[in-house]
Amino acid sequence: MAQAPASAPAANTAVAAQPSAAPAAGFAQDANKPDAATAPPAAEAATPIPTVAPTPGIGEPDGRMSLQDQVTPIGQEAAAFHDNWLLLLCVAICAVVLALMLYAMVRFRRSANPVPSRNSHNTTIEVIWTLVPVLILVAIAIPSIRLLRHQYTPPKADVTVKVTGHQWYWSYEYPDLGVTFDSYMLKEANDPTRQKNQRARTDVDGPPLLAVDQRVVIPEGKVVKFLVTADDVIHSFAVPAFWIKQDANPGQIHETWAKVDRPGVYFGQCSELCGARHGFMPIAVEVVPQAQFEQWVASKGGHLATAKPPTGGVSPAAQTGSGMATPAPAVAGTEKANPAPAPTNPDVANRANQ
Amino acid sequence: MSTTADALNLKPHEAHDAHHDADHKPGFFVRWFMSTNHKDIGTLYLIFAIIAGTLGGAISGIMRWELMEPGIQVLNHAWPIGAGTANFDEWTHHWNVLITAHALIMIFFTIMPAMMGGFGNWFVPLMIGAPDMAFPRMNNISFWLLVPSFLLLLGSTIVPGGTGLGAGTGWTLYAPLSTAGSSGPAVDMVIFSMHLAGASSILGAINFITTIFNMRAPGMTLHKMPLFVWSVLVTAFLLLLSLPVLAGAITMLLTDRNFGTAFFDASGGGNVVLYQHLFWFFGHPEVYIMIVPGFGMISQIVATFSRKPVFGYLGMAYAMVAIGVIGFVVWAHHMFTTGMSVDEKMYFTAATMIIAVPTGVKVFSWIATMWGGSITFETPMLFAIGFIFLFTVGGVTGVVLANGGVDNYMQDTYYVVAHFHYVLSLGAIFAIFGGFYYWFPKMSGRMYNEVLGKLHFFIMFVGVNMVFFPMHFLGLDGMPRRIPDYTPAFTYWNHFETIGYMVTIAGVAVFFLNLFWSLAAGKKAPNNPWGEGATTLEWTLSSPPPFHQYSTLPRID
Repeated sequence: MAQAPASAPAANTAVAAQPSAAPAAGFAQDANKPDAATAPPAAEAATPIPTVAPTPGIGEPDGRMSLQDQVTPIGQEAAAFHDNWLLLLCVAICAVVLALMLYAMVRFRRSANPVPSRNSHNTTIEVIWTLVPVLILVAIAIPSIRLLRHQYTPPKADVTVKVTGHQWYWSYEYPDLGVTFDSYMLKEANDPTRQKNQRARTDVDGPPLLAVDQRVVIPEGKVVKFLVTADDVIHSFAVPAFWIKQDANPGQIHETWAKVDRPGVYFGQCSELCGARHGFMPIAVEVVPQAQFEQWVASKGGHLATAKPPTGGVSPAAQTGSGMATPAPAVAGTEKANPAPAPTNPDVANRANQ
Repeated sequence: MSTTADALNLKPHEAHDAHHDADHKPGFFVRWFMSTNHKDIGTLYLIFAIIAGTLGGAISGIMRWELMEPGIQVLNHAWPIGAGTANFDEWTHHWNVLITAHALIMIFFTIMPAMMGGFGNWFVPLMIGAPDMAFPRMNNISFWLLVPSFLLLLGSTIVPGGTGLGAGTGWTLYAPLSTAGSSGPAVDMVIFSMHLAGASSILGAINFITTIFNMRAPGMTLHKMPLFVWSVLVTAFLLLLSLPVLAGAITMLLTDRNFGTAFFDASGGGNVVLYQHLFWFFGHPEVYIMIVPGFGMISQIVATFSRKPVFGYLGMAYAMVAIGVIGFVVWAHHMFTTGMSVDEKMYFTAATMIIAVPTGVKVFSWIATMWGGSITFETPMLFAIGFIFLFTVGGVTGVVLANGGVDNYMQDTYYVVAHFHYVLSLGAIFAIFGGFYYWFPKMSGRMYNEVLGKLHFFIMFVGVNMVFFPMHFLGLDGMPRRIPDYTPAFTYWNHFETIGYMVTIAGVAVFFLNLFWSLAAGKKAPNNPWGEGATTLEWTLSSPPPFHQYSTLPRID
């Protein structure tokens, strides 16, 4: 539902840069050029080393045996659902099955029970072991459906980031702020495939294979809408600590959102097989206070949202969220059709219109 | 040449005929290359599956070796599959070729041929009291289509596939990586390979359905059929209904690649997600195709070694039917992150969880079959018990993954890899090993070595759990699947898993030792080595059964 209306007209909007049309450019089989292509333009190679260092164990894997710490409300709800309910049920069910089986193996071994019973029916117990799982599933389904509802009813977006997957890097665009850049994985200093003009990874950047040359920066405590697409093959934009993962489909724009209350650096990786360097196009999100965010926007040559009409942080893109079909000038019309704070989710918005 | 038709009850003096012809085998070439005998074709399938499984397992060895340490240590060497060592992109493309080949080999050329082609062919006619399959020559072509199919898949790894040699698309062949994203003939060859494998399975499915519906011995009503036959029947319907959809989807890939269509190309009005819907409409029934015959085998084994009839026979049979039916309406739970609407996600979450109910019925019924029994723990029973527990572990993580909201986190991580290996590598493969030990005396006429069999079970049980259980941890910590290198935080468990792989192959080595030793020097097997618990018809025949059996049809009361 989100897909069809979003794909074709998207090219008209300020948001989209023809996601569908440009397959040839970035494709993998031009085996001679990719290494060169990963070299950032000279100007960006001079980008200063990021000031915010990641916190070990937060926003990045640390070898633990459980979920990463969650820093969004959705992530916290989902992680609690998993840790306090699903996981316990899993362990309990496996324990019950194992205990019953071990008991049967010991109690009904041939030496202990030489004459087998012939029982092969017991309607009562069959009804019980059909109904009890049904009840357990209902008890899972209720919080599960609630979680889905929460994921799909985001608050009004403060910042919109368009994320485009390429073979094999991400590009980010802040359509309302006039900021656009590409983000490549930083290679190790001793990596023979690293080109001379490519900065090597340092620990301030983040762990190996996760650090990038330019992080996507978002303001702390603000609702950020990610519009996700791709321009060659399918990629997937994922940040585990935010509990978000959205496939980046060429020719389609899908959205997901996050509201992060804790400043820091959070890492993710492309999560849909996209060719040779699928494992080498990480995602790094830096969450900073609003003032610092504005500085960053200015340093990137962007213009700040404060110059906008009273709606303040609400971007044209947020207004046109209903399928992204309306070109920017028609914002007012869209607003009429879409009463209340424009939902950032196209599905919700479409249904509201029906 | 004595064809099966000769042995069918078409002749007036069948009893007399059987006397003379039952064990009259044709010469080597005619017997093995032009076979119309369900047992010989079953044997061919089993040999094929063992060879393919060894190759698929060897590929996972290369992958585990590479993943043992961070960095690229192994892919930069030449390997027979997906060779190509010139630059970094070829190394990592090589990785994608390995994961693709591993999955396709294990699914289409190991598990399916072993379960349906091997055990299905061998034992469905024996268990329902039929002299052979309904279409013996179609049975033969089913097997022989699989050979060129396999050769096409292997051949694809030495021709260009885009970034390097071989198809690096993943077994799911998602467009546009498999269309515009992979130039060269490799992906076309994989597509043709799947076409042939699909045709082979569809013909096989038609054969099984016809055989089971029409060739049951007098008195063998549907509700008296052994559960293994029920499981093959359900699986055959799944194959028949789902494989044409795969064939359509990959044909559209083929025309997108070569003939300028744009089914999955947004710039021509196509939709990349459409391919995923078509693929998983086949793909989800496919996972039940791989496990349902295992359900049947486990039911036979548990009943035999508990010396009790299966508990809740009708519930067990119709639970498989229910799993098959529901399996067709849950496919999009493989696609929760593709940008579905909230309504779709809610539906597929709820529908998927419903499958847990008939699955739970099966698990509890197996335990209830053991309950009150007089259990002995021969190797097949050990594998069956191992199956029940490990399948339960894979099942509960399946319930976790069924939740669309939670799946946002787990999708495409090692948690998913852990889940499906628990139900397939530990579920389906344990069922196959269980079935193999269970029926080995019947098929070969020789007993396997019990000590080696038990050793195989215990080593392998430890090994596969070492490989796959830590994958849950890696997935929860965020490690994506299908990556050849990882950030150092993932090192510990990856290293541990690779050691687990070594343990596993030690177990498999014991299996091969047992197999060859038993074939050469095993004790002669009686008609029924398992005693009073083995009540199905195959145990009334000699071991191995005569070349043509049931010239006089058995009668079931």
